[in-house]
Amino acid sequence: MLQIRGLTKRYRTGDLALKSIDLDVADGQVMALIGPSGAGKSTLIRCINRLVEPTNGTVSLNGANITALGSYELRRARRRMGMIFQEYALVERLTVMENVLSGRLGYVGFWQSFLRKFPQSDIDQAFQLLARVGLDHMADKRADELSGGQRQRVGICRALIQDPDLLLVDEPTASLDPKTSRQIMRLIKELCGERKLSAIINIHDVMLAQLFAERIVGLQLGQIVYDGPPNRLTAEVLTTIYGEEDWTATIRKAEDDDEAALRPRADVPLENRQPHHDRDRMAGLT
Amino acid sequence: MSRWKTVSRITTATAWLGSRDHLMTTAAIAPRQWRKPPLIKRAWLRWALGLSAVVYLALAVGTIDVNWTRLWEGLPRGARFFAAFFPPNFTGRWHDISDGILESLYMTVASTAIGIAISIPVGLGAAKNVAPGVVYYFCRGILALSRSFQEIILAIFFVKLFGFGPFAGLVTLSFATIGFYGKLLAEDIEDTDPSPAEAVRATGAGWLQWINYGVQPQVMPRMIGLALYRFDINFRESAVVGIVGAGGIGATLDTAFNRYEFDSAAAILLIIIAIVMLVEYSSGYVRRWVQ
Repeated sequence: MLQIRGLTKRYRTGDLALKSIDLDVADGQVMALIGPSGAGKSTLIRCINRLVEPTNGTVSLNGANITALGSYELRRARRRMGMIFQEYALVERLTVMENVLSGRLGYVGFWQSFLRKFPQSDIDQAFQLLARVGLDHMADKRADELSGGQRQRVGICRALIQDPDLLLVDEPTASLDPKTSRQIMRLIKELCGERKLSAIINIHDVMLAQLFAERIVGLQLGQIVYDGPPNRLTAEVLTTIYGEEDWTATIRKAEDDDEAALRPRADVPLENRQPHHDRDRMAGLT
Repeated sequence: MSRWKTVSRITTATAWLGSRDHLMTTAAIAPRQWRKPPLIKRAWLRWALGLSAVVYLALAVGTIDVNWTRLWEGLPRGARFFAAFFPPNFTGRWHDISDGILESLYMTVASTAIGIAISIPVGLGAAKNVAPGVVYYFCRGILALSRSFQEIILAIFFVKLFGFGPFAGLVTLSFATIGFYGKLLAEDIEDTDPSPAEAVRATGAGWLQWINYGVQPQVMPRMIGLALYRFDINFRESAVVGIVGAGGIGATLDTAFNRYEFDSAAAILLIIIAIVMLVEYSSGYVRRWVQ
């Protein structure tokens, strides 16, 4: 269980990115964090594993206060928080396997990792994860040879091999096409279900958030302005989060199913629309 | 009163003309002018700077005193001098030449290796995105010190310090390598993409693991290329520093000139050219391969 109390971040430039955020995420809960650019979404998830140092407030994961940890304990705590990034953030010149195994760096010593002599159990687990996302035949390819969707799946493996309790996901679909975006989101959701992981997913695509998250938190100017289920995201709520706009094409009604959400949207260019016969391929990823 | 009226009449007239002008431009009869804004906004400053540069150049060229008659008379002497290079004599002093070349190569390999080994920690320390403030300024200081003197000056200094011979050359080239390689390494580290490094940090990696996984793969190709380039430079410099007494092929070349054995000197120069070209081509090949 993740508990955030009074989390505040003021950057050195004086910008107040987070204003005393209180948030609880239960075990196994998949939560989407939506909000306009600059609302503080990235800052919030980076304050949780302290890639960004919070100015004030506490973050605790399963009772351990992360904000109070020294650098050694912080590194140990980071092992329990897998992170998935916008633009994948793979090390492009390393192989797929090295990228996945880099998720174990917090568990092995320097020389072990320097000589790439990871324990056999880590290597087994890496192959299992790669097989789960359909990339085990790519293990020795260099990361920059992969397509966007494949790279993000490697990024997911890197986060999962850490054996985390919590996934921090930062705009996982930002540079992916609509179909791959759905596949990636579905994969994240499935894996969270399989492993009883909780996840915080920063996402700017409201439709995707509604499709794949069980809880939505709306952030605006560093404050939580909505916290509830996806089907209560009304036009009024979206207006408080993002500002005045015509939201009719964005809102997914409670009775809609996956299929309806895949109907051509007016705001998606024609060439990006999903042809109907592709649906069965979309159902499974691998 | 009447004056007032005239003035106001003129004003109205110009205002009217102005508005008509405006109407014409918006009617797209006359296209709107556009010119790239000048680098220096103030026209007088722009002209003054340009003019003074031209004047200074003219004066500077004027101070160079060329004695054309002497230059003319010297031409045949120059031709004789060049003729003395041919045919290059590889065999007469082969023993000295091969000793010099080997000494230069040892010096080059050792100084490149030592220099790079030292510049890796210094370069890491001098990269703002991986090193804390104090370390950063200290390492930048080392780099600045190493870069402030040309190899010849360093060689003269180290020859005085350690005596004639290749050791002075080795120290000179190693020292110069630190400044070159460390600075470029630091700059390359500062240019790395921060997001993979952030991702590695998020896994709970330690500092060394973070460098090894997040930073090193990104800088490696350029570092290999630069190592070969520095090898090339060190070999050429080893010929230069030899002239001031720091051993290697430079010392042999100096001796050949002093004894007026220009055919041997020509052989040495040809060997240097051949080795530099060899290194050049192989480094190009290796650089393409590491990409």
